[in-house]
Amino acid sequence: MPAPIRLRELIRTIRTARTQAEEREMIQKECAAIRSSFREEDNTYRCRNVAKLLYMHMLGYPAHFGQLECLKLIASQKFTDKRIGYLGAMLLLDERQDVHLLMTNCIKNDLNHSTQYVQGLALCTLGCMGSSEMCRDLAGEVEKLLKTSNSYLRKKAALCAVHVIRKVPELMEMFLPATKNLLSEKNHGVLHTSVVLLTEMCERSPDMLLHFRKLVPQLVRILKNLIMSGYSPEHDVSGISDPFLQVRILRLLRILGRSDDDSSEAMNDILAQVATNTETSKNVGNAILYETVLTIMDIKSESGLRVLAINILGRFLLNNDKNIRYVALTSLLKTVQTDHNAVQRHRSTIVDCLKDLDVSIKRRAMELSFALVNGNNIRGMMKELLYFLDSCDPEFKADCASGVFLAAEKYAPSKRWHIDTIMRVLTTAGSYVRDDSVPNLIQLITNSVEMHAYTVQRLYKALLDDISQQPLVQVSSWCIGEYGDLLVSGQCEEEEPIQDEVLDVLEGLLVSNLSTPVTRGYSLTAIMKLSTRFSSDANSVVSIYGSSIDVELQQRAVEYNALFKKYDHMRFYSEHCCFVQILPALQVQSTHPPCFTGSIYTSSLFYRFNLHVLYYLVSLLFQANDLLDLLGGNDVVPVIQTTLPTKPASAGGELLDLLGDLSLSTYSKNGLKIEFTFERANPNPNIAVITIHATNTTEADMTEFVFQAAVPKTFQLQLLSPSSNIVPALNQGSVTQVIRVLNPQKQQLRMRVKLTYTHKGSPIQDLAEVNNFPPQSWQ
Amino acid sequence: MIKAILIFNNHGKPRLSKFYEHYSEDTEQQIIRETFHLVSKRDENVCNFLEGGMLIGGSENKLIYRHYATLYFVFCVDSSESELGILGLIQVFVETLDKCFENVCELDLIFHVDKVHNILAEMVMGGMVLETNMNEIITQVDAQNKMEKSEAGIAGAPARAVSAVKNMNLPEMPRNINIGDISIKVPNLPSFK
Repeated sequence: MPAPIRLRELIRTIRTARTQAEEREMIQKECAAIRSSFREEDNTYRCRNVAKLLYMHMLGYPAHFGQLECLKLIASQKFTDKRIGYLGAMLLLDERQDVHLLMTNCIKNDLNHSTQYVQGLALCTLGCMGSSEMCRDLAGEVEKLLKTSNSYLRKKAALCAVHVIRKVPELMEMFLPATKNLLSEKNHGVLHTSVVLLTEMCERSPDMLLHFRKLVPQLVRILKNLIMSGYSPEHDVSGISDPFLQVRILRLLRILGRSDDDSSEAMNDILAQVATNTETSKNVGNAILYETVLTIMDIKSESGLRVLAINILGRFLLNNDKNIRYVALTSLLKTVQTDHNAVQRHRSTIVDCLKDLDVSIKRRAMELSFALVNGNNIRGMMKELLYFLDSCDPEFKADCASGVFLAAEKYAPSKRWHIDTIMRVLTTAGSYVRDDSVPNLIQLITNSVEMHAYTVQRLYKALLDDISQQPLVQVSSWCIGEYGDLLVSGQCEEEEPIQDEVLDVLEGLLVSNLSTPVTRGYSLTAIMKLSTRFSSDANSVVSIYGSSIDVELQQRAVEYNALFKKYDHMRFYSEHCCFVQILPALQVQSTHPPCFTGSIYTSSLFYRFNLHVLYYLVSLLFQANDLLDLLGGNDVVPVIQTTLPTKPASAGGELLDLLGDLSLSTYSKNGLKIEFTFERANPNPNIAVITIHATNTTEADMTEFVFQAAVPKTFQLQLLSPSSNIVPALNQGSVTQVIRVLNPQKQQLRMRVKLTYTHKGSPIQDLAEVNNFPPQSWQ
Repeated sequence: MIKAILIFNNHGKPRLSKFYEHYSEDTEQQIIRETFHLVSKRDENVCNFLEGGMLIGGSENKLIYRHYATLYFVFCVDSSESELGILGLIQVFVETLDKCFENVCELDLIFHVDKVHNILAEMVMGGMVLETNMNEIITQVDAQNKMEKSEAGIAGAPARAVSAVKNMNLPEMPRNINIGDISIKVPNLPSFK
């Protein structure tokens, strides 16, 4: 079999492929060749084959069949083989394959190899992909190497130890003795990795943190040497001596000084020194300054130092380099909670960053701006933020809109400003606002009573311009439904629309393709509400939707229609129409529905599904009004005595004849018999107490039995609750109800009585007049 | 901790991919594609920091990148690393490559992927920064390469021969042999009678 081609050849061949398919073909051919070569157990070329396999793996082709070969390479004696073998192990193997455990023995041997580079390879591989089992087995070897004097191995052992601690935290104690003199090393590589190891240990265990606090003076000394020492060509990067080590030490100091006064004090001087002496013209200098600032803000530093830190950040903001500005904004965001006033000084620079072209900077600036808004600067900041909202990318609009709402809610200087701001957001970014903003906005508008006319007028105008932004349309249609009378009544400052125009607009919303089903629901409800306020008839519109495909719309339309039909004559009684007003458009789940105060009609919340409760209340009102008609108009006060519809108004029956004793059998018809009995109330002799007894001689129960009564104006009537509203069949029981009549003028008692009940499935209603009360009852 | 180091060209072809956290092969390729997509959209004069893509940890991780000629060098790090420090590290990495390959270009990376991996292994180990001193790194890498060469055996013979000739100390060969004026004295010969 010819020798397998070199890696270079393979790469060259693959590069000549012009299409993905060609490339795939070449790779498959080569894979087949490699597989057969592996099968032949050829030691000489294994290394070359695995190298090719790794290349193909990088391009994205499956290479798992090479995993065992990597192990064989690791076990070989040659350094070249080991190198490729370990590289392959790092790229192809991981904890999830069982194969990796076979490596443990090889690594153990190599950790004790005579050549430092082999030991280095083993440490590197263990530190990259060692599983917890491997780490447990080999931790002892790593710890031994941590104490060696060979700096090349020592630094690798330190990082390997970090990996071991991450995988098996219990082994942390084991490495403690080895850390004793890590910091006295001269070699910067070892110092660097030692600091990383110490950082990891301190972050994981509070005990370790306490233990290592005593290292603070040593760290401060090392840092001082780095800054004060002259030019050292070995460690110099752009004129600064080993900036990476400085940054690492500063980070460790941050962790050690957090919430500890003594350590923080020990660090104060060196931090001030670093902050003032570091060159800021190059990126590395800024990296050190940035780390210093973060450390100052985190430990318990004195206030002078903190102000210095924030000023450094402010200087960063003015830097031309975008990276510096980015990190400055990030740090300011972290410190704005604790050092609010100091950050406020840089507000104008931050607001300028909103106009930057860079997306990352804009986002940071926006978050920081919202954090800086307070009662004093709300007007100015909001102007800038609204301008930003207009011009920013869509990905920002949702967050910006939410931020604006929150800020406006907290700090709005006046209601009018608040509503203006919200309207501005809805018109510019309406489609991006969150769902719960619509009910919140409705609540806000409801609570600012004096702004209703202004609000509805502005919303109407906005609606005329643009109906594509759903939240805006929803809020507008709700407002028009509620306050439509204000819109057309001339209270607005500008030209007011006429009723038909308004209805046309709402109808337009219903038919438009831009409206979502939720929006259609809002506008349908609004039209229904307007039908009570406007004189034009909106019935036709509503009834069309009785056959709409959308189930929600259909249900609403049908129910509204029923409401209209049944109580059509009630349309214009203004105070009784308020029931229509109390259907708030809170169809979405809302945790803070508006609370209407005042009359009993509006003292509770009605959601959609409580419409039938509404009907019941409504029916009470209408029955009361029927009585109004009955008694010829205004000489009787209708009696509605309770707040909740559990006690029906009284109804009466026909009087048939008077009986001598103080009881009247007043009504007997269709099986229903009603008797009146009388007594005088103590102590007040002007009050007559009448008890009615209703009985049923038919075979079927009479359900939903309601007794209503009305008396002339000079009397006062009080009905107590009935014993039940089912009159059982065949005289098995009776319904009793107590009526108290106050008769101060001692006039002849007259009573009109109305009975309603359901018998055998059909509702029955009856009216009667009782004029022949025995004189003893009212004298 | 550094989660991944990726090098790809302006068309998204991967030139080096090293992950310090485990992902399946498919996910690795998707991450490369997603990162390329995010990074290639960026303008030239914006900052070098990006939020990570969804596959690689979303907004907890950051992508810190630098664009040199035809290559993007992208380091995906979590919040424990200093952003400006990583930028410095990328700079050191590229300078080291430059020293090792002598004016490195994309072709060098293409044909010597394994060597790039070896250099990287001396700088970053297990997701943590190991060594940042360029000279130190180069010394170690050179020593290991020498070991490899000494083992190469017969297959390495041509390579060894070439390097042997390159390192041969030949004495300086004078180019012009300046003879100067040679006056050849012709002796007086007796004449024949």
